[in-house]
Amino acid sequence: METTMSFTELASTSGMSPRRVLGVYLEEARSECLRYMRAPGFMLPIMLFPAMFYLLFGVLMAKSEGADAARYLLASYGVFGVMSPGLFGFGVSLALERDGGLLTFKRALPMPPGAYLLGKMLMAMAAATVVILLLLALALLLGHVTLTPMQVGALLLTGALGVLPFCALGMFVGTLIKGQGAPGMLQLIYLPMSFMSGLWFPLPMLPKFLQQIAPVWPSYHLDQLALAAVGMRQGALLPHVLVLFGFAAVFLLLATRRLRRHG
Amino acid sequence: MAHSTPTVARLDHVVKRYGRLTALDGADLVVRRGELLALLGPNGAGKTTAIGLLLGLIRADAGKVELFGQDPQQIDARRRIGVMLQDAELPPTLRVGELLRLTASYYPTPRALAETAELAGIGDLLKRSYAKLSGGQQRRVQFALALCGRPELLFLDEPTVGMDIEARGKLWAAIRQLLAEGCSVLLTTHYLEEAEALADRVCVMAHGRMIHEGTVEALRARVALKRIRCLSALTVDTIRSWPEVSDVWQDGERLHITTADAEIVVRRLLDADTQLCELEVQRAGLAEAFTEVTRDADEASNIDQREAA
Repeated sequence: METTMSFTELASTSGMSPRRVLGVYLEEARSECLRYMRAPGFMLPIMLFPAMFYLLFGVLMAKSEGADAARYLLASYGVFGVMSPGLFGFGVSLALERDGGLLTFKRALPMPPGAYLLGKMLMAMAAATVVILLLLALALLLGHVTLTPMQVGALLLTGALGVLPFCALGMFVGTLIKGQGAPGMLQLIYLPMSFMSGLWFPLPMLPKFLQQIAPVWPSYHLDQLALAAVGMRQGALLPHVLVLFGFAAVFLLLATRRLRRHG
Repeated sequence: MAHSTPTVARLDHVVKRYGRLTALDGADLVVRRGELLALLGPNGAGKTTAIGLLLGLIRADAGKVELFGQDPQQIDARRRIGVMLQDAELPPTLRVGELLRLTASYYPTPRALAETAELAGIGDLLKRSYAKLSGGQQRRVQFALALCGRPELLFLDEPTVGMDIEARGKLWAAIRQLLAEGCSVLLTTHYLEEAEALADRVCVMAHGRMIHEGTVEALRARVALKRIRCLSALTVDTIRSWPEVSDVWQDGERLHITTADAEIVVRRLLDADTQLCELEVQRAGLAEAFTEVTRDADEASNIDQREAA
């Protein structure tokens, strides 16, 4: 009774100018970067693990096979490396922050949900770029791989954008599992999926059945793009881009739905 | 006067179920502008669910939830609130000043950093990492985050847990200052003396419903019993034999008498012992009232269940 009238009076200064809204996105991204740069223990293993893998299997063990093997594996291990900041950087941090109550607190505050997600996304993209840079350094300096500047740029771009579908997948898993259970679950997705997409051994070396179902995995499609970037593959790229895009959209949608409903 | 004051937050016949458990069973709540409403109740009474609904964290199964006349899930409504939750692990490596800057960026017209720090008494902590603070200091920082956006309504969930007496006193003073500026506060607390010290009104919950709502005085008046204390030569047994006395015990020299008819008992005491001194008569405190009100609700709920069975 007394309420309806008072609301109009109260609804006054709650609007935010577009500039201030943009400011939230910047502040959120800045905080996200700061906190992980100050705690390198979380991101560093995620970035170094693929580089170590490439050094062992792509550079040292593939020496006898020549530069083409190192070039081929640069693409595959690059994809393997890019998946990790997406799945773990995004998924595990989300699972931990849901567990610790930080996400609940942020949802109660007037934070645009997109700002929170974008901050994490930029973090993952930066980490993916570092991974590719590390692998490029190993390939060019130790693996005797030669790449044109265009190819270097294409591979970096593939890595920086290719992390996004895995961010979406990591985010979805992060909304399903709280806290310490998430890393284990993500390993169960990460390692088999990498193997079955031909990231560790080229697909033709795998059993026929695995070759046939490989297009199911997003990492397979990203590998096709990465191979094209380093000049190891011809043919249309658009179908792979579209599959990755669709994959990212579906998991992003599922994850945001779960976040909105359950937090 | 209270009725002409605008409402800032409201639950109207709200039902919320988690599977077979009914957390809120037709809950009603009104927070008016400029008042501090203390939400009290034993664990499991539904306080957290009520707060979660008003913050837009969860959705009601039935009934209406309003924050400034809007759905709390609307970000515009939440731009007018400040929040201090019981357990939120803030990013440990960020400095206090950075946390404040980030949180203030969410609001249209936040306070200046120095003003927030001054109000919450954390001016000396701004450069420190959040993880390096003591539990009480972290609580103060969380309080600063709650008020940095110049909110019109502040949600404080057990704000003084883990604080020493001095810090608690400072926080109470800051809350009073915010109230004086016209800010409303919804406070949940287990410390009844905190509600007694700060609240304009209290709302007691049990079994997912509001079982009492009114001023602190009104809640205390629900309990008819009064306490009489005095120094007297009369023995406990003599006083116990008086029909109006419901309980009596002795603590050193001092007699403690509980009765519903304080006037009659005092008259008899003074007649029986002319040397009697240090006479005190007091209405039972909020703690006793709270215990009695929730016990009544427990009994009512048990009867309901028996009838249903």
